[in-house]
Amino acid sequence: MTIIWFALIAVALAVYVVLDGFDFGAGILHLFVAHTDEERRTVLAAIGPVWDGNEVWLLASGGTLVFVFPAVYAAGFSGFYLPLMMALWLLILRGISIEFRSHEKHWIWRSFWDGVFAFSSLLMAVILGAALGNVIRGVPLTQQGYFHGPLFTNFMPGKNPGVLDWYTVLVGVFATVALALHGACYLQLKTEGTLQKRLNATIPALWAAMLATGLLTTLATNAVRPELYANLILRPWTWLLALMIAVSVFGLPIAHRKGSELFTFIASAGTLIGLLAATAAGLYPVLLLSTTNAAYSLTVYNSANSQHGLQIGLIWWSTALAIAVVYFVFLFRSFKGKVNLGDNVYHE
Amino acid sequence: MNAAGWSRIQFAFTITYHYLFPQLTMGLALLIVIFKALYLKTRNENFNHAARFWTRIFGINFAVGVVTGIPMEFQFGTNWAKFSNFAGGVIGMSLAMEGMFAFFAESSFLGILLFGEKRFGQKVHMVSAIMLFLGSWLSGYFIIVTNAFMQHPVGYTMGADHKLHMANPMAFLLNPWALWEYSHNMTASVVTASFVVASVGAFYLLIGRHREVASLFLKVAVVTGFIASVIQVFPTGDGQSRMISYYQKPTLAAMEGKFRTSAHAGLVLMGQPNEENGNIENPVVVPSVLSALAYGSANSKVKGLNSFPKQDRPDNLVLLYYAYHIMVGLGTFFILLTGISLVMLRKNLLMNSTPLLWVIMLAFPFPYIATTAGWMVTEIGRQPWLVYGLERTIQGVSPTVSGGDVAFSTLGFLGLYLVVGVLFLYMIGRTINEGPEPHAEMTSGTQLPSATAN
Ligand code: HDD
Ligand code: HEM
Ligand code: HEM
Repeated sequence: MTIIWFALIAVALAVYVVLDGFDFGAGILHLFVAHTDEERRTVLAAIGPVWDGNEVWLLASGGTLVFVFPAVYAAGFSGFYLPLMMALWLLILRGISIEFRSHEKHWIWRSFWDGVFAFSSLLMAVILGAALGNVIRGVPLTQQGYFHGPLFTNFMPGKNPGVLDWYTVLVGVFATVALALHGACYLQLKTEGTLQKRLNATIPALWAAMLATGLLTTLATNAVRPELYANLILRPWTWLLALMIAVSVFGLPIAHRKGSELFTFIASAGTLIGLLAATAAGLYPVLLLSTTNAAYSLTVYNSANSQHGLQIGLIWWSTALAIAVVYFVFLFRSFKGKVNLGDNVYHE
Repeated sequence: MNAAGWSRIQFAFTITYHYLFPQLTMGLALLIVIFKALYLKTRNENFNHAARFWTRIFGINFAVGVVTGIPMEFQFGTNWAKFSNFAGGVIGMSLAMEGMFAFFAESSFLGILLFGEKRFGQKVHMVSAIMLFLGSWLSGYFIIVTNAFMQHPVGYTMGADHKLHMANPMAFLLNPWALWEYSHNMTASVVTASFVVASVGAFYLLIGRHREVASLFLKVAVVTGFIASVIQVFPTGDGQSRMISYYQKPTLAAMEGKFRTSAHAGLVLMGQPNEENGNIENPVVVPSVLSALAYGSANSKVKGLNSFPKQDRPDNLVLLYYAYHIMVGLGTFFILLTGISLVMLRKNLLMNSTPLLWVIMLAFPFPYIATTAGWMVTEIGRQPWLVYGLERTIQGVSPTVSGGDVAFSTLGFLGLYLVVGVLFLYMIGRTINEGPEPHAEMTSGTQLPSATAN
């Protein structure tokens, strides 16, 4: 039962990264690739109807985490108090910059919000990566099942690591590059003309950067948390994920050169899903590793809700998921194709 | 101050602020559906102008509701970690359900409502307005269920690990407290939206702009406002009070300003509570009415604060008392105002009655005040418990977070929300100034084709 829930939460989070990831990626690239006001409006219109829905995957995963593993939610969220508060502020800034920018015509207003959008998206990408880095590396959980994560200590992963150390920063950099690439792959699908040309020009460079930082991160992960790969090798079905990652990573530039807009995006999404799924599979059954004493770690066994609640939960949760998927298919199909700025009757 | 004190302040501030927005969203969603339906029925373009105008306001309001809602979802974990750990197995269910069932619907269909009218035509547009209405009312329900569990826990068992586990999901979801709380709260949301719509209508009439659309605002909002104001008091307000009188006796005593136990308890209409002397100064009291309202008979005994040990009483009696009396006083005023407006509307005098239009225009803040006061009654009344009878507020805070951290982040929220609030007001002002009639550019060439779209 708990393994199903573990997988469901991992899937919901991976969907979040894939969907909101291209919003962040669009934000990171916004100032660089979109120069005129019309181009910037095009970028925003490409994510305008969907970004809020994408963000809901984070909220839904969070809510589900409370329900399934309350102890992990409690420890994780209180332990990372300040970084999380900052992430919340960034999410607020990101949301209002998208929504408020086009309500006023003056260029000062618009440039200001463009800057806020880019800044908050960039930092959020770093934070998402660093958060993943923390989960992989482990946190100083005590016997009571809580911890206090200072922003940084000596920048070394060890017994008392901070939120930022060289490893988590590295994962943050990797995440930023990967999401920027993902954003470019999404935007080239939604745009045309000069804007699309500029986006296409960034893709090979971002791809190379992703490959380089990705390999570095893989080596670093092996140094910081060797069990992860040991687990993967012991679980042969996960080799399929390795295959998926390899196909996506190397398929991306091929699809891009062939001019297949859709497959370029799918390859980028496949890369992210494969990496996250492999990480989750490697971490199982540990949810939050304790760096102080492995016995204090929170696992799917010692932090789960009662079986009865979880069993019933599976029924309504999967029903809701099916409905949500229908909404998303409908939403994305409704807005498929290139962005048309004339569609919005509410602001111009 | 310690983390518990700061966390209480932070939660109270961020939730009160967040709630200002959904409060309008939920009621307005209903009114937009009504405008849209009237348009499809009468084919009077002005109803569509009204629907589109309020959708624009809705969009801005919704965006701020969304960005201020995200911190709420996370604060259970960041500030109230022990509470999440203790009760997460139960309230996690309604929190997860809110995300899975309601937020997905809202956020998907808002995109279509805002961006899709031209692309998909009127039918899809109507459907998305209805879905948005259902989604927002559903999200209201799930969060009220969460709150109701904290007020009156049902459907759980206490595990061997001293944590709450889900025993009976149906009992939890159909908590009688939640049913009353939800109906009362949603009606308040309709009152708010009606007052806001009527206020903008009155403003346009007074300055002599957009007369036709503005009178439609008033016609619809006065009717919905009157119906909702009546339901607000009876049966829903009455139902809420009954729940309290059975399950939270100290709260009842505090909000009614009842210091000593007695039968034939009177209802205090006015007067200042004095905590030290344990009495109400300069009271205006209707004899026996409290006993009758709470338990159905004039000789029922109503417990006073003196029957409860001090550590089981709400710690802010005076605020509780005033908040309650403000809410009830405003409720009476709302029925009066909407009632008079309705009579004037039927006599065809409303649109020309300058004094009444002035009152309607200025009345829009009061539902916000009444609602905030009502939530203070609920939340301060629940003290000193976090989950009534099961976990005290001080037992629920995060053990590893220091008061300074919470103070710092509270200041951050204060600053950020101040900026967001100013921008919000500016944009609402702009939208009202632009008015409900289509802009010049939109009429030329992009005229919304009601005939061709169907
Ligand atoms: C337009 C706003 C408004 C108006 C006019 C009223 N209320 Fe109210 N009231 C609310 C808006 C509200 C609210 C903010 O929406 C609350 C907070 C929680 C809830 O469900 O509704 C609330 C809570 C609330 C509570 C506390 C419930 C608890 O502790 O859980 C009681 C006892 C009442 N109400 C009773 C009344 C009565 C007897 C009214 C008659 C005049 C009244 N309310 C008018
Ligand atoms: C329905 C969802 C809600 C939930 C789950 C909820 C939960 C909580 C929690 C966990 C606290 C902190 C612990 C405590 O002080 O008891 C709190 C306090 C508070 N909340 Fe709520 N709340 C909700 C809605 C609201 C709304 C809509 C308002 C106001 C508009 C509000 C006003 C307050 C206030 C004023 C406090 C501080 C009370 C005190 O500490 O004395 N709450 N609430
Ligand atoms: C502690 C309590 C609360 C939490 C955790 C919370 C959480 C949230 C979140 C995360 C969002 C954004 C959803 C999105 O991205 O689409 C949101 C919006 C919303 N919330 Fe809350 N909320 C709380 C209190 C309330 C209350 C008391 C109500 C009403 C009864 C309410 C009704 C809504 C509605 C209708 C929305 C949609 C956006 C809007 O209307 O502005 N929330 N809330």
